[in-house]
Amino acid sequence: MLGEGILKGLAETAKNFVGSFFSAERMTTVEYPEERIAPIEAARVFPFLVYDGIEWDAGLRCVACQICEKECPPKCIFIEKSKDKKPDAVGKPQFYPTRFDIDISVCMSCQICVEVCPFEAIKMDNVFELSTDDRFDGLLLDRKQLAKPNAYYHQIHPTEAAVVEARLAADRAKSDAKQTAAAIASAIKGAERPLPPPTTGGD
Amino acid sequence: MTIPAHAPEQLKNWNRPRIIEPGGDGDLLEVAMGPHHPSTHGVFRMDVALDGERVIRLKPVFGYLHRNHEKIAESVSYLASMPYTDRLDYICSLTNNWAYALAVEKLTSQEVPERAEYLRVILGELTRIQNHASSIGFLIQEMGASGTPLMYAFREREKILDLFEALTGSRMMCNYMRFGGCRVDASAAWLDAARKVVAGLPGFVDEFDQLLSSNEILMARTQGVGILRPELAVNAGVTGPMLRASGINYDIRKVDSYGIYNRFPFRVPLGDHWDVYDRFMIRMLEMRESIKIVEQALKDIPAGPVMDPKAKIRGFRPKAGEAYGRIEAPKGELGFYLISDGGPNPYRYRVRPPSLINLTVLEDMCLGSDIADVVLIFGSVDIVLGEVDR
Repeated sequence: MLGEGILKGLAETAKNFVGSFFSAERMTTVEYPEERIAPIEAARVFPFLVYDGIEWDAGLRCVACQICEKECPPKCIFIEKSKDKKPDAVGKPQFYPTRFDIDISVCMSCQICVEVCPFEAIKMDNVFELSTDDRFDGLLLDRKQLAKPNAYYHQIHPTEAAVVEARLAADRAKSDAKQTAAAIASAIKGAERPLPPPTTGGD
Repeated sequence: MTIPAHAPEQLKNWNRPRIIEPGGDGDLLEVAMGPHHPSTHGVFRMDVALDGERVIRLKPVFGYLHRNHEKIAESVSYLASMPYTDRLDYICSLTNNWAYALAVEKLTSQEVPERAEYLRVILGELTRIQNHASSIGFLIQEMGASGTPLMYAFREREKILDLFEALTGSRMMCNYMRFGGCRVDASAAWLDAARKVVAGLPGFVDEFDQLLSSNEILMARTQGVGILRPELAVNAGVTGPMLRASGINYDIRKVDSYGIYNRFPFRVPLGDHWDVYDRFMIRMLEMRESIKIVEQALKDIPAGPVMDPKAKIRGFRPKAGEAYGRIEAPKGELGFYLISDGGPNPYRYRVRPPSLINLTVLEDMCLGSDIADVVLIFGSVDIVLGEVDR
């Protein structure tokens, strides 16, 4: 019968229309600014720099190795390496970035910087409401704007952060063990060395 | 392809230029359709010469979205062009990742762990389902059914994109596959969520079928329109659902059985009228086959690593040589051709884009048809301009 297919299609749309009044599953959209769906944990929007402790300046994990700058596909990261070294979170003297800028008008949130970073210093954020009317300075983030505490990272990506934390703890334990071993070895070595002649006290 | 002697006369002359004499006493009307036209899926122009409503000449003009993808890829490392491949066919970024990863794996003789292969199949087929659903939606929208079928397709696509976001971190620019595996592992919770979504997909395809397949208006508009002869399709290098709708049994998943596709039984639907309706129907049937593949892959997926522990993702220099990796992307054969000179970036990087090559037969399909059908025929090619222009 001519028109049967059309009627079949209309029955389908009618089912959906009537169903939307009764079944919550058929309501697929939300009214965005007022209503929000829960953020997905793995979601990634623009990188930020992780720091340990309270001081963002002292706690930055970045050691200015510039691997991310080199690997970044659109080349939106600008790093200036320091001349001097200062102790990092573990206490080892390291270089630090005197300048770390990300031009987020160029960044495409591909997270390759996160993947190649050997120090777990750069991670992906999940803030997406970043529109600004300042096209140049407003979108060029410097290291102060990029720095965010480790606790924030744990808050937005709990599963991933737990894995990273375990790895860092293992690394720290390893380096601590190495240091203690070295200290013990040097102590033993020192003990084996003939003792210097006792200095006589002043008259 | 040799044409059998008993073939009808018009088939023998398939490759002669078809000259249609302008009829009547009027002049030809030249219309520039696009570059900003609702039907052009992006920025694409068709310079059409019309005699009344009949198409006499059609010249596709593209390049508005050219962004130097191949040259950029030659100047950055192998890893850094992975996110750029997302932007080729931005509807199906995961299959683009896969094809590129396959090419680099061939170049560096890299093994892929079992679990990663399964994840690739699951994601590739989910990509195919959402691409076909939305491409049918767009095709129907170009017929004038503005909204309903497209929104139904997008409703399902949304569920699949949520899965992609939960696993890869991004809905469309996934950047997920790596040379020697996949970037992150899928959790058990993600696999359960995927099973749930896939369990709902057959119902969606049934609904879509009910809504569209037997619709008289759709049949009147699409049957016998935009015929692509198999000989022309083969000679023009057309691939994918377009080629199969022209009745040629060629599916790279079957021909190459790259990855682990030989473990999945699935059928390749073929068309026998070579028209727009066949292309629509082939996509419908392929969705059903893809659902079967995903279901089986989700059932069989083994435990294990998703990344070869020996794999290096950055700072490697492949030996001098060349490699061509190709997959059956939702739109056709997507291939990446790489030449290495031993350096950290490819010496030559070439994409074989299915959209561009499928578009080359557009004029042949459109000649002699009405201007209103041009929009429809163009929609049935299923292109993404990001891939055409690169």
